[in-house]
Amino acid sequence: MIDILAPLKFKPSRNYSLTGPERQKAFDDGLASAEWYQTPIDRKLLKDLMKRKDGPALRDTAIWLGLLIASGAGGVYFWGSWWAVPFFVVYGVLYGTSSDSRWHESLHGTPFKTDWMNNALYHLASFMQIWNPVIWRWSHMRHHTDTTVVGRDPEIGTMRPPQMILMALNIIGLTSVPRNLMILGRHALGRFTPDERDFTPENELPKARLAASIHLAIYAAVIAACIGWGTILPAMLIGLPRAYGVWFLLVIGLPQHAGLAEDVLDHRLNSRTIKLPLPVRFIYWNMNYHVEHHMFPMVPYHALPRLHEAIKHDCPKAKGLWATWTQLLPVMIRQVRDHRFYIQQELPPGAGAPKLGPRGLH
Amino acid sequence: MAWIDTVAIDDIDLEDVIRWDHGGHTYALYRTDDDAFFASDGLCTHEGVHLADGLLQGHLIECPKHNGRFDIRDGAPKRAPVCVALRTYPVRVAGGRIEIELPD
Repeated sequence: MIDILAPLKFKPSRNYSLTGPERQKAFDDGLASAEWYQTPIDRKLLKDLMKRKDGPALRDTAIWLGLLIASGAGGVYFWGSWWAVPFFVVYGVLYGTSSDSRWHESLHGTPFKTDWMNNALYHLASFMQIWNPVIWRWSHMRHHTDTTVVGRDPEIGTMRPPQMILMALNIIGLTSVPRNLMILGRHALGRFTPDERDFTPENELPKARLAASIHLAIYAAVIAACIGWGTILPAMLIGLPRAYGVWFLLVIGLPQHAGLAEDVLDHRLNSRTIKLPLPVRFIYWNMNYHVEHHMFPMVPYHALPRLHEAIKHDCPKAKGLWATWTQLLPVMIRQVRDHRFYIQQELPPGAGAPKLGPRGLH
Repeated sequence: MAWIDTVAIDDIDLEDVIRWDHGGHTYALYRTDDDAFFASDGLCTHEGVHLADGLLQGHLIECPKHNGRFDIRDGAPKRAPVCVALRTYPVRVAGGRIEIELPD
């Protein structure tokens, strides 16, 4: 397959494919499906943290959808004037950024106790992200099994060297949105890459094809509405917000794993928790507590602040957004020419020994 | 088939699960919120994670690593990514202790 973005890419320092030589090396070194470090935690407390409820997610989803409808309605009402801009800025972030965390949490089945609500939110948010709900479910399971293990994890967002040009273009979804649509098109034709086949069971592929076809049919209807009515307004409400509203997701979401160690068996070293104010945590459904989430994926988003308090004595000290980026951005720039450079997370005194795995830190 | 003694019923909290190892095999023993007992293989059929670290809700055990779910009454997979059923075993309570029926 021809990669039209190739001229914009830096050459990866390693083979990040799931079917290349790094895959076998990961198995040979015992990094695939390995046992990971977990902070010891009282079972009764963990049970309490894992407890499922419908209330918090019903409340937060109602607020989220209410804000989406209100800001979208404002954008429509003021369409044609500059007054529409602030409404679409809000709508875009709630759509293009917030749907990522809703997708993620509902995939894990943790926000709601009633599982059909998790599934309904999952399909809605997958559509908003322009992601195939079947393929991404299996991709994310692998991400949790082998987090940032090269040759195994399909969701390493910042391979070394970081693709700075593509990331800059993706601040407004310039490459990710067309790419996601093309992937849906490929899936609708029943074509799946070797990497996708590596983490998706064969019997799930027909479901993936059907889901892609349905999503594409909806997008085709949106485009038809734009042409029929002679305005891009329908696309401003469905589809394009994934482009003009994704910028904030890069700001708060990219630090999840960026710049950190690869091929370790300890989420304290390859994942990052950052401190965010409450309104931003609402937008991101507490996914800023990323070490906690990876270590204990059964804890719902609304209990992650409590989990953070329970295990922070064993984890790197969480920084704010500004401090995180002032550390991370120079490292990413340096990684463009020095692929081996990374941020070594500092564990507090008395923390459990880091589980480096067979390759040590790199 | 033979009935094997495992643990005292009070060793398992209500609506909880514990790990029990026997003969080089690991099992999960469950106590539901209505005080019924069940037993299954101890490792998730998806990635071999210990289910005893998971969450029991009603009759569903959720794997702690990928959130897959099984019905502990018959081992049926109930939520992706688990696709393969979990093997379950008969249990009974005798003298305040749980016994599990295992193949010879």
